[in-house]
Amino acid sequence: MNIPLLLPTEWVHELLTGWMPNSATAVSIIEMLLIAVAYLAFFAVAGLYLVLMERKVAGWIQLRYGPNRVGPWGLFQTIADALKLVSKELTGTIKADKFLYNLAPYFPIVAALIALAVFPFSKSLQAFDINIGLFFLTAVSSIGVIGILLGGWASNNKFALIGAMRSGVQVISYELSVGLSLLTMVLMTGSLQLSEIIEVQRTGGWLIYQGHIPAIIAFVIYMIAGTAETNRAPFDLIEAESELGAGYHTEYSGMKFAYFFLAEFINMFIIAAIAVTVFFGGWLSPFGITDHIFWLQPVWFILKVGMIIILMMFFRWTYPRLRIDQVLTLEWKYLLPLNLMNIVLMAIIVWLGWTLPWPF
Amino acid sequence: MDYEAQIQKNQFRTEEYKINLGPQHPATHGVLRLNLTIDGEIIKRVEPDLGYIHRGIEKMCEYDSYPQIIHLTDRMDYLSSHNNNEAVALAIEKALEIEVSGRVKYIRTIVGELTRLASHQLWWGVMGMDLGALTTYFYGFRDRELINDIFEETCGARLTMNYTVPGGIRYDIHKNFVKRVKDFITHFKTKLPEYDQLLTGNIIFEKRMKSVGILSKEDAISYGVSGPVARGSGVVSDIRKIKPYSAFAIQDIDFKEPLYTEGDAWARYKVRIDEMWESMKIIEQLIDNIPEGNIKEPTKAVIKLPKGEYYQRVETARGELGVYINSTGGKSPYRMKFRSPGFSNLSALEHMAVGSKIGDLVAMMATLDLVVPDIDR
Repeated sequence: MNIPLLLPTEWVHELLTGWMPNSATAVSIIEMLLIAVAYLAFFAVAGLYLVLMERKVAGWIQLRYGPNRVGPWGLFQTIADALKLVSKELTGTIKADKFLYNLAPYFPIVAALIALAVFPFSKSLQAFDINIGLFFLTAVSSIGVIGILLGGWASNNKFALIGAMRSGVQVISYELSVGLSLLTMVLMTGSLQLSEIIEVQRTGGWLIYQGHIPAIIAFVIYMIAGTAETNRAPFDLIEAESELGAGYHTEYSGMKFAYFFLAEFINMFIIAAIAVTVFFGGWLSPFGITDHIFWLQPVWFILKVGMIIILMMFFRWTYPRLRIDQVLTLEWKYLLPLNLMNIVLMAIIVWLGWTLPWPF
Repeated sequence: MDYEAQIQKNQFRTEEYKINLGPQHPATHGVLRLNLTIDGEIIKRVEPDLGYIHRGIEKMCEYDSYPQIIHLTDRMDYLSSHNNNEAVALAIEKALEIEVSGRVKYIRTIVGELTRLASHQLWWGVMGMDLGALTTYFYGFRDRELINDIFEETCGARLTMNYTVPGGIRYDIHKNFVKRVKDFITHFKTKLPEYDQLLTGNIIFEKRMKSVGILSKEDAISYGVSGPVARGSGVVSDIRKIKPYSAFAIQDIDFKEPLYTEGDAWARYKVRIDEMWESMKIIEQLIDNIPEGNIKEPTKAVIKLPKGEYYQRVETARGELGVYINSTGGKSPYRMKFRSPGFSNLSALEHMAVGSKIGDLVAMMATLDLVVPDIDR
């Protein structure tokens, strides 16, 4: 357990040990809870502002302004939306399987929030530095699809069921590509631990530079598969509104719907954050210009994540949607074989030491 | 394989099931209800169920005077309202043997082509939206607004225009009309390639459209499809060429009828994009030589058609609209019948859709360009 060593956390730690000097376990449990609450609060707000950002980017692409009425530049628009969703009545169908129907929304949001715990926002700001970090991330982030499948099944709605089944085949297929493209990069780092992966990049340069051709191929595959994993356009078949109405969340309303919705945006953050950590040096600044200023590290991290997220938003607002058989063809006939070849290529490059050295 | 046989072979039991696409569904653009029989994602049957927006327009016509009937036709295919008006007005003029002035013919044709452009722009935007590319909608509407502004300035309405009356047009064109139409043409000539950039070259879009919803030439003829749907299958069906009316009858206008032989959704898409270019070409040829003349030939206060049957065809944005009037000499028709393009085009949907997936059905419906009040009068 790597508790952050920033000033406020040290202060809280001293305060708690001052109160309960004899019980180190109680202190660490309380600290864990505090960290969990802080993460929860931060990502609830981050999720809301990602929604706002998406609507602004959409407006920018679509010849319109986007939200601009609630607060300056529409800054409070999504807060107002969240309030609306919280205060809305939770409606459901009579024939739904009540237990599963109510359980389903928690899977995506809980899975998304657990996955967030391992991200290194800076050298010391990381809640949970586990030595199988990448494996943990891919494992946890695939729990979310259970919620979608449950929700679609329990709703007792044909459109929801079609959406959920599409989601099942799609997410399970693209999980392979996400995992394999990350594995390609792990060949270079030799470690699954996220802080280790960043340490490798501090001296040798960002991995997308070090690994050159196979790394770029892995990044492209990762972005395609990552977009599919988050179920966003052009892979938004599970809620394709022109085909299925609203897909798997047709029967959900209010906060239950909001959990699905928020999970989608937090998942987007996760996909972008993994990309930043594995390909673009995490919290490292470009060319090491500000690496000695510790408080700029999270800023760099968030900035890079934001760039990747904007890229994903561009995908969403420019591409038409694929058809379900095309989605599966793309994965099984193109991405997966390419990925396997790419791993071999990367292994050869690492074996022969043909990685690019960092000139700075 | 039936249920019992599957049980005996110890297989999973599979069932076909029905879903209702509509009457409230984003892809049907209105209140069309499609009763789908589906096996997983594969479509087995498509049964369109009409009647959700049936207003009895043909029956209402039997109680209305002829100028009033024109107002009703706006509400059929609301995206080519002017073409509908023109069809009825032409039929009435044919019956009364009125020859309208060249000015009226030119203005009617220009406004008709602008309507076609506006309709195709809206179709392009909405079709992109059906396929998941939401941005196209805003691009299509941006350019359509300009046409609506021109209409608003000239006749006061943007959508249901009622610009045509029996014997002419309601008002003369606004003094800015010619300039604004020219401005629009120069503007849209730079924007139409943008449409191509956004969708036409996109690999996902091509994969979604090519060899989807194939309608062969023979089937197209036997289902009686018309307009861009027929031209996508290689059927020559442009009424403006076959049986010219208005300005097409008095001037030799140079325009092509885009024909494709593939008969798939992609061909229908390309036909409509080409038609936008052709419409601009037509307007360019007409806009500078609008002749002087009366805007309205005098008619009696109460129009009574002589006893007989009258039929007039025009090419709307969706295809061939036929107007049949059976008059017994009264002030309203004995029987009125519209042959609407959407109805015949919809009838070909099941033939195209069986065996394809739900996503394809949406693409087919988008390229059929259905306007539900036109199908269901």
